[in-house]
Amino acid sequence: MAITTMIGAKIHRREDPRLVSGEGRYIDDFTRPGTVFMSVVRSPHAHALIKSIDLSAASKAPGVVAIYTHKDIAKVIAGTMPAAPAFVADKKQVPPRFPIAEKEVAYQGEPVAVVIAESKGKAADAANLIDVDYEVLPAVMDLDKALDPKSPTAHTGAPDNLGWDLTYIPEDPSVMKGADVVVKQRILQQRLAPTPMEPRGVLAEYSHPDQSMTIWMSSQNPHFIRLFLAGALGMPETRIRVISPDVGGGFGAKISPYSEDYLVPAAAKLSGRPVKWIETRTESIMTTTHGRGQIFDVEAGAMKDGTLVALKVTQYLDMGAYVGTFGAFQAVACLLSTGAYNWKHVSARTVGVLTNRVPTDPYRGAGRPEATHLCERMIDLLAGELKMDPVAIRKKNFITEFPHTSHFGLVYDSGAYEKAMDKAMEIAGYEKLRKEQEEARKKGRYLGIGVSSWIEICGFGPSAATAPATGGLALVESAQVRVFPTGSVTVYVGTHSHGQGHDTTFPQIVADTLGIPYDMIELRHGDTAEGPAFGYGTYGSRSLAVGGMAVHKASKKIVDKAKKIAAHIFEAAEEDVVFDQGHFYVKGSPDKRKAMGEIAFAAYGAGLPEEMEQGLEAVAYYDPTNFVWPFGTHIAVVEVDPETGAVDLKRYIAVDDCGNIINPMIVDGQIHGGIAQGIAQALYEEVVYDDESGQLKTGSLVDYLVPTANEFPNFELGRTITPTPTNELGVKGIGEAGTIASSIAVINAICDALSPLGIKHVDMPASPDRLWKQIKEARN
Amino acid sequence: MKHKVATTVNGREHEHEVEPRLLLVHYLRDVVGLTGTHVGCDTSQCGACTILVDGKAVKSCTMFAVQAEGRKITTIEGMAKDGELHPLQQAFWDEHGLQCGYCTPGMIMAAAYLLEQNPNPTEDEIRKGLEGNLCRCTGYVNIVKSVQSAAKTMGGAAKKSGQTAAARS
Repeated sequence: MAITTMIGAKIHRREDPRLVSGEGRYIDDFTRPGTVFMSVVRSPHAHALIKSIDLSAASKAPGVVAIYTHKDIAKVIAGTMPAAPAFVADKKQVPPRFPIAEKEVAYQGEPVAVVIAESKGKAADAANLIDVDYEVLPAVMDLDKALDPKSPTAHTGAPDNLGWDLTYIPEDPSVMKGADVVVKQRILQQRLAPTPMEPRGVLAEYSHPDQSMTIWMSSQNPHFIRLFLAGALGMPETRIRVISPDVGGGFGAKISPYSEDYLVPAAAKLSGRPVKWIETRTESIMTTTHGRGQIFDVEAGAMKDGTLVALKVTQYLDMGAYVGTFGAFQAVACLLSTGAYNWKHVSARTVGVLTNRVPTDPYRGAGRPEATHLCERMIDLLAGELKMDPVAIRKKNFITEFPHTSHFGLVYDSGAYEKAMDKAMEIAGYEKLRKEQEEARKKGRYLGIGVSSWIEICGFGPSAATAPATGGLALVESAQVRVFPTGSVTVYVGTHSHGQGHDTTFPQIVADTLGIPYDMIELRHGDTAEGPAFGYGTYGSRSLAVGGMAVHKASKKIVDKAKKIAAHIFEAAEEDVVFDQGHFYVKGSPDKRKAMGEIAFAAYGAGLPEEMEQGLEAVAYYDPTNFVWPFGTHIAVVEVDPETGAVDLKRYIAVDDCGNIINPMIVDGQIHGGIAQGIAQALYEEVVYDDESGQLKTGSLVDYLVPTANEFPNFELGRTITPTPTNELGVKGIGEAGTIASSIAVINAICDALSPLGIKHVDMPASPDRLWKQIKEARN
Repeated sequence: MKHKVATTVNGREHEHEVEPRLLLVHYLRDVVGLTGTHVGCDTSQCGACTILVDGKAVKSCTMFAVQAEGRKITTIEGMAKDGELHPLQQAFWDEHGLQCGYCTPGMIMAAAYLLEQNPNPTEDEIRKGLEGNLCRCTGYVNIVKSVQSAAKTMGGAAKKSGQTAAARS
């Protein structure tokens, strides 16, 4: 039996020495001979018609190489930007989106012209000289009013602002009527700016003699970008190479193709010069897709003993001015709204609303934080009505049998929800905390304990489910494993690592599968010129459960071939050959063994079995049979200062279960970061626009409050391990778990803290001013 | 009009003619060619561009290149000595104090100054000391651990001998 040596080990990351030395290579660190710089002239208005564009002053500015507007770009870019079906196949309207506006701008920041010049500064100077004459139109900024028949439309000539209206399961009101208590709540999910520390950026070089394009960009999925660009540029994929080097964070915001991803290559083709564009932070907050931006109207009913009865969910989703490429993915919030619990009945409807804001698209968690938030909020509201402890009502209704088929037909693979909750309560010292709370309340202090039991659908995903969602391409994953004659290995994957540590974890899997030392295995990703024909990228916590399995599958193909060669060398039947920890031997003769490295050398020599080709390499595409379903329980402890509305997050406990673990250090790191992003939503971050003018008010990190180290306590982690039966490694995903769980743990804690004042619900961000007003109202 | 600027960067002297509006961070990246110092915002919030100027942590987007005339600058590239990582670099590696790595150079430089000022900081002091540097990946948990670990390795010795990261360069 093979002994696992690397899987599960805390291996320090091999990407770190270069990253801590300043030798990481991010997009802005690349240049090509003769590079010129692009600056984008953007609409200052949320909604306007372009009457004219005066380029005369700008074209005379020093260092300007060229200025392009819609008519120029349209010569080299065809078609509209993609909008995938995702979870809403049938959309009412998909406003056509071109990378640069022609006659109408529909959100502040939409590109209107681009300047390329000899330096960044000169490009920006010249961009300021371009005079665009706009006729300002009324902007659609309020999600509630947008569906009013009298509302202006986000696009002129559109019938209304309805992007989609889909009922997944219709309501059966008779079920809710049977409940002893029913609670109703409107829950807000503010818009968030993903804010990876490295903004986006693109560098493109076009070779006219070769008719080929090389593009360097900060992307989570370079293969998809190549696919989209091949179509738009009318070039075969073979002539386009997309390289995504070290990427300074993605969080979902570097999945979809952006205007600049087309404009930079177009400008390179038109000008014949390599063109580079690096997003400023203000551009990032203004034009990189936002996350969340939703309103939920929810009703939930339960019996007196706490048994959950019915849940009714309506999601209103602010799509922005266009359908984000994967914007409709966020409707998954409806499909996950029942959480970790058994409900007799659920009804769910999603309504997509067009507005004059930048489109929304997946942001860490994408729909699943919203689902957890609404479900866990309603459970607490029901617990409050029933005077039950929030833990008791959860335990009473947890799903305990797996596989579990949800109301939506999704199959939860495995889980042990109560076990994770018990562990979280143990770490938190839950009973003691409740006693402390009782004491604190006697002294007029507002201490609160918030519980969040989360589940997640991830590991996208099975071809049968994902091919229709993308419009044809299944979200499987590819890997290529090459074993060189002396036994060193290069692995190519279609996923992309931008902080997740794949350079370390994927070789851990290969080391165990092939029995080759970890140090002899190298991972490569992020270059469409290398590896399998197509790679599917990193998002939706899929890299390990899908990509890691592709790596495992390709490695097993290597073992299969090596075993045939070994049998041939041993002059034994293949079924008599044993493979154990990197060595082959004939059953009963373990002393006469050959290492994988020796077989690799033989694979490139003479005298192979008849009809076997030389070489030892394999390509695999892995198509999972199901999604994977991680879960856990988080507990937040807060104290609210009733005089200022300030929240002191005193403790944060997280127990998460992502199945088997390849590298515990990296898993913990992913959880830490995810928790921080959810807390950031709960307490600090919000993209704010002026409701009338549509002007962005939070256009820099001065106003958009990304929290610092000083805003967080230490996070106390624990884990349970419930392997998935879905894949051979028993692994799930952990990239988004923290974010999915944490916003509601904090909000439930705040509501718990303020419950003596009769406050039942608090929206996000629970900023001091919001809480102070709510406390003041409650006291009056 | 261009101005002459002469600086010492990581122990090496540089002299260039630069535009007066050129920020020090762009000078280091685009003129000197040291791209380890990163740009993450336009408003001096993120700290990704933190370097040491005469031993003091400075966000290099808050200075013009011409203001660095005659100054001694240390960037992340100047932290390792003789092929050995600086204890802070080593600690960030050991404690998983980085994920995407984009904020890391600035974070390490800010931490170097923090430890120079306070060789044995408490967790609170580390959190306050690094509040000028944003990280989006780690939730700061392992960054705090990294700084604690480096403080232990450096054992306050830095202070005794006066040999700080800054002074050594």
